[in-house]
Amino acid sequence: MKPAPFEYHAPTDLGEAVRLLAALGEHGRLLAGGQSLMPMLNLRLARPEAIVDLNRITALAYHRLDDETLVIGALCRQREIERDQEVLARCAAIADAIPLIGHIGIRNRGTVVGSLAHADPSAEWPVLAVLLDATLEVEGVAGRRSIAAQDFFKGLFATDLRPGELVVEARFPLPPAGAGSAFIEVARRHGDFALGAAAAVVELAADGSVTAARLALGGFDSVPVRATPDPAAAAADVHPVDDVHAPAGYRRKLAETLARRALHLAEQRARKAGR
Amino acid sequence: MKEVEVRLTVNGRERSARCEPRTTLADFLRGHLGLTGTHLGCEHGVCGACTVLLDGATARSCLMLAVQGQGHEVTTIEGLGTPENPHPLMRAFSEMHGLQCGFCTPGFILSAHEYLRENPRPDRQAMRKDLSGNICRCTGYVKIFAAVERAAELMAEPEAARS
Amino acid sequence: MTWVGQRVARKEDLPLVTGTGTYVPDFNLPGTLEVAFVRSPLAHARILNIDTAEALSAEGVVAIYTGPDIRDQVHALVLDQEAAPPGLETAAPEIHPATIEILADAEVRHVGQAVAAVVADSRYHAEDAAELVRIDYDELRAALDPEQARLPGAPIVFDNVPNNVQARYRIRVGDADAALDGAEHRLAMKIRSQRVMAAPMETRGVLASTVGEETTVWSSTQIPWAVRNSIAGAIGVPQRQIRVQIPHMGGGFGQKVNVYPEEVLVTYISRVLHRPVRWVEDRVENMIASGHARDQLHNVEAAFDSEGHITAIRDRFVLDSGVACPYPLSSAYNVASHFRSMYRIANFSIDAECVLTHKMFNLPYRGAGRPEAAFVMDRVINAVAQELSLDPAEVIMRNLIADEEQPYRMGMPYRDGHEVVYDASGFPAAFERLLELIGYAEHRRTQAQLRAQGVHRGIGLGTYVEGTGVGPFESGQVHVDAQGHVVVYSGCAPHGQGLDTTMSQVVADAFGITPEEVVFRAGDTALLPYGVGTFASRSVVTAGAAIIESSNRLLKRIKAIAGEMLEMAPEDLEVGAGRVRVRGVPSRGVSFKEVYRAASPGPGARLPEGMDPGTSESFYWVPPTVTWGFGVVGAVVDVDPETGVVDVRKVVMLHDCGRVINPLIVEGQIEGGLVQGIGATLYEHVIYDESGQPRATTFLDYLLPTSAEVPEIVQEHLEGTPSERNPLGVKGVGESGPISPPAAIANAIIDALSPLKIQLNELPLSPATVVAAIERAGAEGPLHPTGVKIGFPASNQSGGFLR
Repeated sequence: MKPAPFEYHAPTDLGEAVRLLAALGEHGRLLAGGQSLMPMLNLRLARPEAIVDLNRITALAYHRLDDETLVIGALCRQREIERDQEVLARCAAIADAIPLIGHIGIRNRGTVVGSLAHADPSAEWPVLAVLLDATLEVEGVAGRRSIAAQDFFKGLFATDLRPGELVVEARFPLPPAGAGSAFIEVARRHGDFALGAAAAVVELAADGSVTAARLALGGFDSVPVRATPDPAAAAADVHPVDDVHAPAGYRRKLAETLARRALHLAEQRARKAGR
Repeated sequence: MKEVEVRLTVNGRERSARCEPRTTLADFLRGHLGLTGTHLGCEHGVCGACTVLLDGATARSCLMLAVQGQGHEVTTIEGLGTPENPHPLMRAFSEMHGLQCGFCTPGFILSAHEYLRENPRPDRQAMRKDLSGNICRCTGYVKIFAAVERAAELMAEPEAARS
Repeated sequence: MTWVGQRVARKEDLPLVTGTGTYVPDFNLPGTLEVAFVRSPLAHARILNIDTAEALSAEGVVAIYTGPDIRDQVHALVLDQEAAPPGLETAAPEIHPATIEILADAEVRHVGQAVAAVVADSRYHAEDAAELVRIDYDELRAALDPEQARLPGAPIVFDNVPNNVQARYRIRVGDADAALDGAEHRLAMKIRSQRVMAAPMETRGVLASTVGEETTVWSSTQIPWAVRNSIAGAIGVPQRQIRVQIPHMGGGFGQKVNVYPEEVLVTYISRVLHRPVRWVEDRVENMIASGHARDQLHNVEAAFDSEGHITAIRDRFVLDSGVACPYPLSSAYNVASHFRSMYRIANFSIDAECVLTHKMFNLPYRGAGRPEAAFVMDRVINAVAQELSLDPAEVIMRNLIADEEQPYRMGMPYRDGHEVVYDASGFPAAFERLLELIGYAEHRRTQAQLRAQGVHRGIGLGTYVEGTGVGPFESGQVHVDAQGHVVVYSGCAPHGQGLDTTMSQVVADAFGITPEEVVFRAGDTALLPYGVGTFASRSVVTAGAAIIESSNRLLKRIKAIAGEMLEMAPEDLEVGAGRVRVRGVPSRGVSFKEVYRAASPGPGARLPEGMDPGTSESFYWVPPTVTWGFGVVGAVVDVDPETGVVDVRKVVMLHDCGRVINPLIVEGQIEGGLVQGIGATLYEHVIYDESGQPRATTFLDYLLPTSAEVPEIVQEHLEGTPSERNPLGVKGVGESGPISPPAAIANAIIDALSPLKIQLNELPLSPATVVAAIERAGAEGPLHPTGVKIGFPASNQSGGFLR
């Protein structure tokens, strides 16, 4: 189980990476944390003619809080967010989700942006992106553009990226202070891709009534879905299919259960925050 | 296929060798540098047997290219201790019977090393999840937990003696 | 100092913990060529054409072999090692030998079958070239469902196996038919143990190096002698030209208890090319081209009275062999001989068939038929309790064999041909202790209250017996060398079991030295003329007996020689600290080294009259029959009825393995076995789709338990019965862990949801399976009438939501 041959490029600045990707077109693949691409290379399920390795572009290895927005550069490892207590304190959904992603050795290498660009509908970061209305900053030879998360995911492992483009930054607007958020999932084992996941944000008025709610579901459809934030209606927004781990019928019911629980937990947290 | 020169620091020593760019770090360590303590259990990033420390943090060496190691510091099991001078984790794994066939053990010890660095006072419930990236088929993990706890004691001993 | 019974840390650990062990992939012989296989992508097809031209010209390629290339040089393996022994006639066994081709010749019979071997200077180059081998197939209809495959008109897997029924047997004890006809109560269940695999962390691997006529083969195998004999036979060379050695080995669990085509072919290629040649199986190959296991579908009926006494069992089961079931007695007959476990069931009838299909072959895996049998039996007991609304613990207790009935005769032969007679007792006491340890009475008191709080907690129970230490024989040799070291050669070689340390403890006691001073060597066909191997919970029993008998003979010999040297009667001598000493005068004696010199042939020899030279004794242990270990297991689970997620909180196991030589190692065997059992219960499944394609080919789909899935494990060694069937008084323990978790966990889930009376008869118990069982039990089930909808109280209390 060894990768097929490829050309290897390790640009040290973004401009060079963009030029390389444009020149290579569909023959090139971007390598960041490698936790998804490398297994596919080893299994020869992916066989690009060339690899463009982002790991030398150290300028992309950052994350910061810009007021209410968590800004994550393309080379920021998931473990760095996991270690940022301020981020975790500001958004319980993120704090809930990260420990569910693979294992520590995976999170040490895997990047947040790489997970988004890989677009596995069961992965945690895409669900968070859809929940939090993240935007993805994309760069290509034609210049830079922003894509809303809900427009970015186009299908199973498919995104709105055009040939030669790469995501350079993801911007996650965090829930307002006082809101509650939550991320829950059911997986066969700890660290596995979820059979289904739900994430929610709930905001309350001073009198305790719910003023706003958001819900995202992952693993139930070919893309993470922003669903109706109502347990009774949410499951109607997804279209699960059978796979070796669970049949579609199970997943439909699971969508309803997890939607309810995520909303409930987010609401509880909002109430606690308001006290 | 064209080969490239790869230079990196392995177990504190500058090492270099030529390899194809597609060569994984695991195969480079094992084949080119002769460090066969890094084992390959699945080559798709699940089992953790090939775990090494990259600049001090655990990484699956089957999911990295050797060329990506250029300029970085890699620690393998051979760098943590030797038969003449075994690391406390190595002693503790043996003492507590934290291994049977031994195939997962080098990777497990490196993950445990990172865990203890961040959690010098191990907690069994947290450990269950924090060490879940290494699969052991023999022990059922119970004695691995005990070994990590024992290693924490052994590693704390010199400090206690100093204070 | 007595070493037997001590928690001695293993002496074999240092290379393993420091990364300086030598597994097959770790050898670095100059000029080693690496092999990659081209494997069948189809379940069943005729091979029309193989074109290797382009592949042969690829970088680094040295040679390529196909089935037709080797047709006249290498014979297929015909595995008939489990012919029925005398004594098994009452089971009316019919067994066809299993055929395993080295490379597919004209037809492929499962996805993953080796079709061509590419030999190159590196595995990278071998894989590159393997992609360039062009093979044209004519796809044929595949036999995939064993129940269909045995019917007329199904595709035939091998012509020598009519109706694809490779093996069958039947057992009749008492009259189950009559008992069922006249029964007060009866039930019928369909129970499936799914196809799983051992998945050792080290895959298979083989390295062959040829010097002159002799080839040394380092293989990750559990049976070196059988591998040597098969290789020599398949490639037609004298056995003495093949030496098989086991280096460090990363687990086996039964998957490496077979001779595989790759071992034969790699040896053959090394002899043709006169180069070291290696093949290291990758994980995908291991999933599709190394033995699978279990895969049994049982149709069982039980007769019982109103008190829950089971009066008869009638079972008919089919084992899905895949393309072969090389060990039908272990994989299938073990089911019959372990079925009734610790229970008194007078009438028993079982009919078994091993049916060929176009899947990977089916090998014994840790437990070998016992986990399947225990799952059926303890599900039946649980269903009887459910049917009669009795507590399952009470029903188990009522059926346990009492001490005064021991030694209990099961009225049927074991697979070695000898009658099954338990050499154990204390079943009821063990079971009562389990209930006490697991807090069963407390659980019954608090279960309803917990349920009202939304915690669905259950306890499930299981029992097992295990025939251990099966023959036909095992070899041992003990030797004092020129330096005075005590050297032990064993026919059983460990691959994680700690046999080095365990046997060294035994020998250390015999010779009055420390285990560290004993040199243990195993897993090398050059060491001993005969040997069997490590599997079936047999090593400590069989090799242990051979080694202690050899030790006793050697002690007698060296005392006689020392007596000659010291001019003392041997019975006035004792051994200690590497010397033979005069009893009561420890300063007077001779060292082992001096005894060796005195025993050496030649003019300096000082041997008693008539004694041959040498300080070496061998013994071949032929067990009278197996010795019976037993145990009881309880699982505590919490179930989320909405998601079907099962949280195994605790597993308690009590077991009797006779005399314990090293408690640390025994505990490790139990823990590891239990967790494998948890894996097979909840996570692991080798799935083939309707076209015969395997759907779990990586560790992303074949789910092994991680540390996060491990519950609290409590175990207790029973003050058991030392076996009288071997000189050490031991019973095997290696396989006992995985036997009972499937039944115990399934029964625990059922208990957690007891008002629903659900059935869980098919493994693995994935969340979807549990939810489906709940739904089958009916939406009007008894969890509802109380007004509590299935689910956590939180479910209906998020009332503030979007008001």
